[in-house]
Amino acid sequence: MTLSREQVRHVAFLARLGLAEGEEDFYAQQLSGILAHIDRLQQLDTEDIPPTAQVVEVINPLRDDVPEPGLSQAEALAGAPAQQDGYFLVKAIQEAEP
Amino acid sequence: MRRRETTPSELVERQLADIEARDGEVHAYLRLTPKLARAQAAAADERYARGEPLGPLDGIPIAIKDVLCVDGVEVTAGSKILAGFHPPYDATAIARLRAAGSVFLGMTNCDEFAMGSSTENSGYFPTRNPWGLDRVPGGSSGGSAAAVAAGLAVLGLGTDTGGSIRQPAALCGVVGMKPTYCRVSRYGLIAFASSLDQIGPFARSVTDAAQVMQVMSGRDPRDATSAEQPVDMLSSLEAGVEGLRIGVAREYSEVEGIEDGVRARVDAALLELESAGAELVDVALPHTDYGLAAYYIVAPAEASSNLARFDGIKYGASDATAGTLAETYLRTRRHGFGPEVRRRIMLGTYALSSGYYDAYYLKAQKVRTLVARDFADAFRDCDAIVSATSPTVAFELGAKTGDPLAMYLCDVLTLGGNLAGLPGLSLPCGDSQGLPVGLQVLAPQWREDVALRVARAYEMASGFTAQVAPA
Amino acid sequence: MIDNNWEAVIGMEVHVQLSTASKMFCACSTDYLGAAPNSNVCPVCMGMPGVLPVANRTAVEKVLKTALALNCAIPEKSKFDRKNYFYPDLPKGYQISQYDLPLSRHGWLDIGDRRVRVTRAHLEEDTGSLKHAGDALHTAQESLVDLNRSGMPLMEIVSEPDLRSAEETRDYAVALRQLLRYVGASEADMEKGQLRVEPNISVRRRGDEQLGVKTELKNLNSFRALYRGVEYEIRRQVEVLEKGGEVVQETRGWSEAEQRTFSQRTKEYAQDYRYFPEPDLPPIVIDPGWLERLRGELPELPGPRRRRLAQQYGLSEQDARELTAERATADYFEAVVAAGAEAKPAANWVIQESPTARPEHLAAVIRLVGAGTINREQAREVLATGREPQEVVSERGLAQLSDEAELGAIVDAVLAENPGAVADYRAGKQQAIQRLIGEVIKASERRANAQVARHLLEERLNI
Repeated sequence: MTLSREQVRHVAFLARLGLAEGEEDFYAQQLSGILAHIDRLQQLDTEDIPPTAQVVEVINPLRDDVPEPGLSQAEALAGAPAQQDGYFLVKAIQEAEP
Repeated sequence: MRRRETTPSELVERQLADIEARDGEVHAYLRLTPKLARAQAAAADERYARGEPLGPLDGIPIAIKDVLCVDGVEVTAGSKILAGFHPPYDATAIARLRAAGSVFLGMTNCDEFAMGSSTENSGYFPTRNPWGLDRVPGGSSGGSAAAVAAGLAVLGLGTDTGGSIRQPAALCGVVGMKPTYCRVSRYGLIAFASSLDQIGPFARSVTDAAQVMQVMSGRDPRDATSAEQPVDMLSSLEAGVEGLRIGVAREYSEVEGIEDGVRARVDAALLELESAGAELVDVALPHTDYGLAAYYIVAPAEASSNLARFDGIKYGASDATAGTLAETYLRTRRHGFGPEVRRRIMLGTYALSSGYYDAYYLKAQKVRTLVARDFADAFRDCDAIVSATSPTVAFELGAKTGDPLAMYLCDVLTLGGNLAGLPGLSLPCGDSQGLPVGLQVLAPQWREDVALRVARAYEMASGFTAQVAPA
Repeated sequence: MIDNNWEAVIGMEVHVQLSTASKMFCACSTDYLGAAPNSNVCPVCMGMPGVLPVANRTAVEKVLKTALALNCAIPEKSKFDRKNYFYPDLPKGYQISQYDLPLSRHGWLDIGDRRVRVTRAHLEEDTGSLKHAGDALHTAQESLVDLNRSGMPLMEIVSEPDLRSAEETRDYAVALRQLLRYVGASEADMEKGQLRVEPNISVRRRGDEQLGVKTELKNLNSFRALYRGVEYEIRRQVEVLEKGGEVVQETRGWSEAEQRTFSQRTKEYAQDYRYFPEPDLPPIVIDPGWLERLRGELPELPGPRRRRLAQQYGLSEQDARELTAERATADYFEAVVAAGAEAKPAANWVIQESPTARPEHLAAVIRLVGAGTINREQAREVLATGREPQEVVSERGLAQLSDEAELGAIVDAVLAENPGAVADYRAGKQQAIQRLIGEVIKASERRANAQVARHLLEERLNI
């Protein structure tokens, strides 16, 4: 499987990674190289093999519904790059893919 | 210290002086915490003076990989994107070591977000191998491994997602252990790949590593995946290998790219184990070749999600110079992450994306099952599997930075243990070309005791323990 | 309203904030309304690095109970998944939700004669909230992020497109809220954002099998808004289609001020949420014993209880419906009956007076009224004291005046003082007697037994 520039651009947008000039080609080539190795997975017949999401079975470690104090507003905002009136501040929200 | 020959404060001052003298060339530490270390040492002094030390780790200096949260101490995961972040919490492993009296020297360098096998992917600077300053220390926990190897800490903490403790332990000639998945709480470990990550120790002896394991292991209510399993790392440590069956897998001993010098040292170690009473048996790990491919889907996929929280809004670095949030995301993450991290985020995003999930992510999870079954089958015929930890000794800085796949192949002997959730350790077994060679011992889930026992038996039989690399 | 040639097809997505004490995956309090921004947070719900979620058992159980009440199938094993997308109110860059193994699926809820199939009910976490400094989302230059709500436990209930009108859609939401309150899953207060309804609506020509293009409606903060929004959207779509246009698949918001729907996103693009199993949370295994215990904790549900109340106590369908609207009301009614009141007057009292007295006090009062000891007016006075009714009656001499000799004297006096009313009555104005009864009650300091007073008045007037 090789990745096209368009796929690289789409994946980079999904991951919100800005790309510099020329990086689409660079990543298309590098990721295609890695995928060429990974594609050996397709040689294996895994039709009847169950997937493993977690390799050690731990069952129902649920938490009792007991509240505990958390952080103060000052602690919560201590590392905020931008804040205003106790809120995190962000620039204009636009939703569309460029 | 129990014999009052020295005190924790004297020890910590000696370590700080050694770091001052030598870390300028090794670059093991990203930042030191002398104030914290001195306060902890002073408290330990008092306990020893009263004759009431907390246990074997009381007053012992430890180096901490820069992915583990220590309350109030800057932690960056080796990344620019987290610069300036001070967590208001301790990782559970850190809290347990703190309670055991450990002295925290500082945060050690690593590949950014633990992604790499040479510590060259650090967002700050590369760390050098104390046994050869032109060589890499391995990675991703290269800073902790190098610190322990250079005598700049007695103990170190690392994390291992595909070999990131064992491989640098091998390359730096120290002991490094990755526990069974779910054994040590991951709370406060800045996640790379959640279903693979484990925290483990570096030490200059198997016994020291076992002591750290004993303190850190066990159920933690803050980590839903931490298991309720009895923890006994120590009582069979000296039991020897008499009667134990040691598995040797051809897929590992003849792995592509293995150096002759490495193979020779490992073969010699196997013979020593045999003469110490172990029985060597052949086992098969037929899916080894596929493990690497599966790993490089599963780990990046999880990473792509784990690293989404670094968005320039709540903490860490942010580039909001443009007028829109969309640009804040793109710029923050473009400038904040290094090339390897971006590569893996893209690979993982792609593997999870619509239309490719089944072919990549799901397929990799199924192959993960096959790899785990290989080990389960092998452990029916043996008690532990012994092999080289790394196919090569420490390579030169820059040797593999242009070829991601070559770098990924460094983990080929270790990542199977992560995919299958097994405990494993690496300990030194001699040298090749004047550089350390590591011996890997893998054991079934929850059988850290077996891996430690085999490693300790080798240490005894060979009379070889980890040395401090001469300056 | 809409032309008979068209049929609306409506499915519902409902988000319910569960009434737990702590958040879904951390120990922060759920009592965040009115708190200063970012003051009800912890490292986990802020998405700080390294921290991990641990699921709240009570939240899981509240979903399971709701699912049982919705007749859902519950699997032996359920798991959480990550839904990945970037948004400033989503601090981890993913929402922990459930994808292919939800806690329940395939249930139903009956609305009158219509059975609405429930596709699934699953558990997830809520997001934080945004403020746009007096401006609209898409035009604001900057926005403010508050994470107090982040990580609140949220149940999503998805229905099949089985609803056919605005009225049915509202009734479904009302019935769902009733059920949620019965099982104790949520207060489901729409204005507090505890119940968020998002209908998806399409229309098609009656008789068509094919579904039309649907729109999803948001911003519906009351049942009235839900009704009006759906009604508006059905009419809008029919108009578009009748003019030969096409309905665009999109999310639309309801404007309360303008009473219309409007397109919320100008540039839609396909979301790719990249769901995958949440590695930080082990699967939830639901063993039969656990499920049986939860089933045992379920109360009698609104439908069955309504039918039983009607039958067992001989109540009208309407009375039974009103009594069962809230579980607390029905419980109260049955407690009053159990304490010895007759069912019908008990139903009347509960429905008309919404009393707050202890059930045994109300039962005692109803008995006293029934026996003619006190009248309804006195009954209210007694209940207002909050004390043992019999005691209050004795202490205050409240017993109703029924003694014919004593009351007769009052009646005679009233007749003498009200010649006008007497004349009216005698002239055939029967209702004039009400005035006289009123005067007797007043003259008796409200103690008179109205029945006896009427009897005595009639005796004297009809001579």
